[in-house]
Amino acid sequence: MFTPTKAYYPYISPFDPCPPIKVKTYSTPPNLYMGFQPPNLPQFSPMEALRAGTLWKPFYDPYFSPYEKVKEGRS
Amino acid sequence: MWVYEKKLQYPVRVSTCNPMLAKFLIEQYGGADGELSAALRYLNQRYTIPDKVIGLLTDIGTEEFAHLEMIATMVFKLTKDATPEQMKAAGLGAHYANHDNALYYENAGGVPWTATYIQAKGDPIADLYEDIAAEEKARATYQWIINMSDDTDLNDSLRFLREREIIHSQRFREAVEILKDEQGKKRIF
Ligand SMILES: [Fe+2]
Repeated sequence: MFTPTKAYYPYISPFDPCPPIKVKTYSTPPNLYMGFQPPNLPQFSPMEALRAGTLWKPFYDPYFSPYEKVKEGRS
Repeated sequence: MWVYEKKLQYPVRVSTCNPMLAKFLIEQYGGADGELSAALRYLNQRYTIPDKVIGLLTDIGTEEFAHLEMIATMVFKLTKDATPEQMKAAGLGAHYANHDNALYYENAGGVPWTATYIQAKGDPIADLYEDIAAEEKARATYQWIINMSDDTDLNDSLRFLREREIIHSQRFREAVEILKDEQGKKRIF
């Protein structure tokens, strides 16, 4: 399944001074995959689009802080 | 010529008094990948780019000023009532010494904005590739600021701005596709 967030697992040395961050994530937003925008993509309603920042549903990629998520118990 | 609409592109609400966030947000105001750099870069490059994509640079460059105005509003709200003590505690002591609570085009480290942040190479592909990179860098900056902020209202506005960077990147990528298009090639629709 497509996800706009990718992960990798950096090397962890037994001699690292700080507790390791085991998983590093990075953003791969939908614009990387689309090429020239194809016709007839699904749209938001005008009011939704003003809030989302795009008219086009496939381009909508809201970003939440991984730390914010943990704090508020969102998954 | 421009027509000014006296409202923000997206509402800016700040729920917590946290002047330190202003220090981070300044990166998007007067930083290398900030909104000022973006606006000035595109509105300058557009004179020497093929006709087909001039309008795109004008549109996006204009929108960047609307984003600049949103960032200015955020920074202003976060600092307008800060005392010198609070400014110092937020790491804005040096800023206060030079500017009081005024806004200034500088990055999060206090380095003033410089035209060396932006390029106009005169080569359409080189310029558009710079623009795509600039949009991705601005997107990343928004992510890092969201990571450091626990102001949900502010983050909502920052998410909107980040989404716009995605769309701008998409349109610049399409501009490259338009310019790559081989002339006289048979087109199938
Ligand atoms: Fe942008």
